[in-house]
Amino acid sequence: MTDAPLIVIQDLKKVYDMGPHKLEALAGVNLSFLPGEFAGLVGPSGSGKTTLLNIVGSLDVPTEGSALVMGRRIETLSHREAARLRSRHIGFIFQTFNLLPVYSVYENVEFALLLLGDPPAERRRKVMAALEWVRLAGRARSRPSQLSGGESQRVAIARAVVKRPELVLADEPTANLDAENSHNILRTMEDLNRELGTTFLFATHDAKVIEHLRRKITLVDGRVTADDRLTPAARAGQGGSAPSPGGRP
Amino acid sequence: MMLLKLALKNLLGAGLRTWLNVFVLSLAFVLIIATQGLIQGMNRQAEQAMIATEVGGGHFQHPAYDPYDPLTLPDAHGPIPDALAPFVAAGQAAPVLATQGTIYPEGRLYTIVIKGIDPGQKILNLPTSFLAGPLKSDAVRVLIGTRLAKTTGLKQGDEFTLQWRDAHGTFDALDAIVVEVFSTTVQTVDVGTIWVPLERLRQMTGLSGQATYAVLAKDAPAPAGAAPWVFRSREDFLSDLRALVKTKTVGSSIVYVIFLALAMLAIFDTQVLSIFRRRREMGTLMALGFTRGRVIALFTVEGLLNGVLGALLAAVYGIPLLSWFARTGWAMPAGVDSYGFAIGQRLFPAFSAGLVAGTTLLVLVVTAIVAFLPTRRIAELKPTDALRGRLS
Repeated sequence: MTDAPLIVIQDLKKVYDMGPHKLEALAGVNLSFLPGEFAGLVGPSGSGKTTLLNIVGSLDVPTEGSALVMGRRIETLSHREAARLRSRHIGFIFQTFNLLPVYSVYENVEFALLLLGDPPAERRRKVMAALEWVRLAGRARSRPSQLSGGESQRVAIARAVVKRPELVLADEPTANLDAENSHNILRTMEDLNRELGTTFLFATHDAKVIEHLRRKITLVDGRVTADDRLTPAARAGQGGSAPSPGGRP
Repeated sequence: MMLLKLALKNLLGAGLRTWLNVFVLSLAFVLIIATQGLIQGMNRQAEQAMIATEVGGGHFQHPAYDPYDPLTLPDAHGPIPDALAPFVAAGQAAPVLATQGTIYPEGRLYTIVIKGIDPGQKILNLPTSFLAGPLKSDAVRVLIGTRLAKTTGLKQGDEFTLQWRDAHGTFDALDAIVVEVFSTTVQTVDVGTIWVPLERLRQMTGLSGQATYAVLAKDAPAPAGAAPWVFRSREDFLSDLRALVKTKTVGSSIVYVIFLALAMLAIFDTQVLSIFRRRREMGTLMALGFTRGRVIALFTVEGLLNGVLGALLAAVYGIPLLSWFARTGWAMPAGVDSYGFAIGQRLFPAFSAGLVAGTTLLVLVVTAIVAFLPTRRIAELKPTDALRGRLS
């Protein structure tokens, strides 16, 4: 890890206009993440996890405050600049996999590279390498409808990491998977984090995911209530944790 | 190129829904081209028949002659201008003398125009050779068309009384005999008209060496002038016909619009449904780095490709079908005369390259517009809403 933070979030607020009343999804969040982290936003439904993830992923903009992601201020990016940031530097993994149904496994993974303009041979090499990582090279020609939930999510992981992004954002990636598949998926992401140095940021309330996190940020009602660095012992369920120096709960 | 490949992939991936749309579009292509081809064929057939039977290369007319006003006929005759004489002598112009007359077949009275023409002329496609030769009696040899024959009840070999006024306004009458009943698609040489030998009519009227108009041969070079006679070109004659065809095309345009609207409705419906059903996919595309503009372009290209595939499918079955149609034609109903066109027993459609290219271009442009219209909603779509399957 280097010392320069990958993400710096300052006094971040997000308010949704719900007609007669307003909903405050984020109420002044301050956080920072270093490259290579394997961190998770944890909390009950409606705590603001997905909203924060969306803002970091430049899919949404804050109402107030600042989100600096890889040196770019999300709140000032144009649609085109935000799209460029996502296409080159950020990978997404969704709860519902979001694979494109008419494309094969290979094409779904390749899709992420099409926007980068890589030559076909280079694309093929990268796609096959990504499918090897998630152990799905043998299913390259399959359609998403022919895959199990675990396989679909592994394809989504391959699609997220094939372009070697600095940051992968995963929103409830194991919510639709059984325990064994969840474990396999998380092991795969841990391996990728270790081997490629990719930063992973999760939004989850799944205990199975939390077990694998090295940093757990707890959100409640749009506020950070805890920011813990988890030691291997703590992750094994011993309960030991250390407050994060990077977070400002 | 990437968008095109993706759009094609998406379109083909949609399976039956796509092919139903493509089939409807191809049907619209074929039907539009077929109806327009019929109009073009009708126009062409009518023009060719008019040129061959009535117009030739144009008419030099006596200045007093108005073909639409029979009351001008008593004054509409004169010696053939000197400039035209060599053309007449060379068989490149056929003089026609026209005068009003009355016939009395089986005691009934019909007002007609008597036209005298040289039996040996080769310019107009009329069987004038039947007018040649003497008869045993003093009767006038007469050629009539099937329409006049039907109206008057006359048939070949029938005799009737023919009355006219000579150059001095004196009434005179003779027996006439129908030597031939000809069939033509051009009504103006048939309805209310009888054809007699030119020299005989000149004798009957006392208008020796005179004519009302002269028809130029189709390929004859028109004399610079034949004053005081005026030249009415082939285009002048055809412009009337074209104006008439234009009024008839209004009906076919309605059919055109209905076919096109049906096809476009299918595209529009598919696009709206597609945008509604594929919101999550749009969100995924945006998460992967597509801008909204690119998503709009992708969906528009998908819609447009319906048109392209429709054109290709139309070519597959439309080309042989329309070629066969152009060869065999379309049998016209018995009452086709009432259309006011020179249409034969069969109508042969004409499919020009311009018609096919123009129709294809029009359908593709309209398809692109119709495909684009519903996608404007994507411009307001937030990626986060799209990922949740919602429209902003």
